[in-house]
Amino acid sequence: MALPKIAVDASVIINEQVSEDVFRLELLCPEIAAYSKPGMFVQVRVDKGMLLLRRPFGIADVKDKSITVFYRVLGEGTKALTSVKSGDLLNVLGPLGNGFKTDAKRPLLVGGGMGLAPLLYLARFYQGKADILMGGRNKQEIFWEEYFRPYANNIFITTDDGSVGTKGFTTSLLPQLLTDTKYDLVAVCGPGIMMQLISDIAAKYDVPCQVSLEKRMACGLGACLSCAVDTKDGQRKKVCKDGPVFWAEEVQI
Amino acid sequence: MNESSRLKTTLLGIPMKSPVMTSSGTFGFGEEFADFLNLDELGGVFVKGTTLLPRRGNDGVRIAETPAGMLNCIGLENPGVDVFLNETLPRIAKYNMNIFVNISGGSAEEYGILAEKLDVDGVAGIELNVSCPNVKDGGIIFGTDPKAAASVVREAKKHTSKPVILKLSPNVTDITEIAKACEDAGADALSLINTLMGMAIDIKTWKPVLGNITGGLSGPCVKPVALRLVWQTAQAVNIPIIGQGGISTAADAIEFFLAGASAVSVGTANFVDPYATTKIIQGLDDYLEKNNLSNISELVGKLKMD
Ligand SMILES: Cc1cc2nc3c(=O)[nH]c(=O)nc-3n(C[C@H](O)[C@H](O)[C@H](O)COP(=O)(O)OP(=O)(O)OC[C@H]3O[C@@H](n4cnc5c(N)ncnc54)[C@H](O)[C@@H]3O)c2cc1C
Ligand SMILES: Cc1cc2nc3c(=O)[nH]c(=O)nc-3n(C[C@H](O)[C@H](O)[C@H](O)COP(=O)(O)O)c2cc1C
Ligand code: FES
Repeated sequence: MALPKIAVDASVIINEQVSEDVFRLELLCPEIAAYSKPGMFVQVRVDKGMLLLRRPFGIADVKDKSITVFYRVLGEGTKALTSVKSGDLLNVLGPLGNGFKTDAKRPLLVGGGMGLAPLLYLARFYQGKADILMGGRNKQEIFWEEYFRPYANNIFITTDDGSVGTKGFTTSLLPQLLTDTKYDLVAVCGPGIMMQLISDIAAKYDVPCQVSLEKRMACGLGACLSCAVDTKDGQRKKVCKDGPVFWAEEVQI
Repeated sequence: MNESSRLKTTLLGIPMKSPVMTSSGTFGFGEEFADFLNLDELGGVFVKGTTLLPRRGNDGVRIAETPAGMLNCIGLENPGVDVFLNETLPRIAKYNMNIFVNISGGSAEEYGILAEKLDVDGVAGIELNVSCPNVKDGGIIFGTDPKAAASVVREAKKHTSKPVILKLSPNVTDITEIAKACEDAGADALSLINTLMGMAIDIKTWKPVLGNITGGLSGPCVKPVALRLVWQTAQAVNIPIIGQGGISTAADAIEFFLAGASAVSVGTANFVDPYATTKIIQGLDDYLEKNNLSNISELVGKLKMD
């Protein structure tokens, strides 16, 4: 059964910069918060100038009446978002899509860059049961650690430059982690190439793996077919409606 | 729910609660928007472009935002007419919408076959898409030549008892020529406009943004062009016109009625605001009330030229 979706004017609780180019945006929208599950996303309307389409962001946390997203400043839309202030209204459409498996016994969440955003809510859902493997280019990109700390079991860190954690990529550390611990789920979100490699390794170790995909979206509702992804059996699915979370063996990442 | 008689319309012999419809490719099969509005408030829902065989659509990036608009090159991805008839149509019957099926073929005969297959209960009418800029076969080649467009209309009319609407492309030199040819061939109504062919380039990579290189432009930025074409077409033909292209508000819709549209259809605006059509319906009713008009038909083609 699909959950009810809604578009509402949500009041901004906070829009704060948390690293060089990442902001944390908390929005008051009880109707959306009530039905949000880890891995689902929202489409935020940036009502500025000639911008038209909503911007999709993963739900990174949910409190009673609010949802939190983290966004990286990339182009016009996210740039415009940075000037939003507490008390301003943003129209939010959600909750959209299907989330991660939430009943694993021993999950490992693997995230790179902004891919860590939806995993944060998933980590909280697992109430300390989940291990986290996070990767970033450098120490600044690992600001996530403090957000995950309260909800995570073990946190493993890799950085490209070795400024914190193990030098290298999440893919370099993963085989060791899968050897040491009998995980029953790998949930990964990050750049496409990373998800591809992580899911290949998970397959080799026979651990079920979920990936969270990104495609350009217009409706977010399964109506426009902007977000088509190839499935392994030669069909196409909609990332917004059938995903964004898929089993790795289902889709061409 | 809006039950005002001011918006009641009969178009193509079909009674409608309002003359506000939704455009093919932008509203799925209607069901995707069921959380947001009562679908039977709409005059009709034009479902995604349907073809004889399933189509995968285009590869690569399928949309790009442009100033006050968007480009798309979906490429008519759809499950094919048989799946539509056997699975989709029974599933969406419960919404009591007037369902118009937008069809695309590779030859005039194919339009005929599709029209015949769709001549079933639950289908209110057929819209001939001869104006999709995103597929090589069929589509736009029939929409840019009056003779070819007319042959598609004739073929469809021959094979169905349903009203046949021809969707016109704006990517032509003289739209009225094609409009007249289709009227003569027996089209029951015209819908316009389909998207305007455009493109976008990524200046970081020097590559086209869209996987298909070019795509169809839609949204608020096309409204003035669409309005002009509706107005010109309305001068040229006597069959009803379903006006579309960039309509986001009731005010936009009113312009189209004044230019000569008997109904309007909303596309890209549904992405921006899933309640767009409901708001337009309400706004139209308010406007009619404020102007002491008893029915929307009193606006149609009432552009004052003095
Ligand atoms: C399901 C999903 C969840 C996402 N979650 C997050 C998140 O939690 N945090 C975050 O920072 N980013 C996330 N993204 C990516 C984010 O949507 C884009 O970075 C953002 O839309 C860029 O907008 P812009 O106006 O700044 O960039 P522009 O490049 O100016 O945008 C132009 C157009 O391209 C689209 N676009 C550009 N990059 C992407 C992209 N990577 N994915 C999808 N659409 C894109 C925009 O939405 C817009 O329509 C997510 C994307 C998807 C599909
Ligand atoms: C994503 C997308 C998909 C579309 N698919 C179709 C289609 O399958 N068949 C068709 O006749 N028109 C299609 N169109 C064109 C619309 O039906 C409409 O004519 C056009 O977008 C102009 O209206 P708008 O500016 O309100 O969107 C599509 C438009 C968009 C944006
Ligand atoms: S964004 Fe419209 S179908 Fe996925």
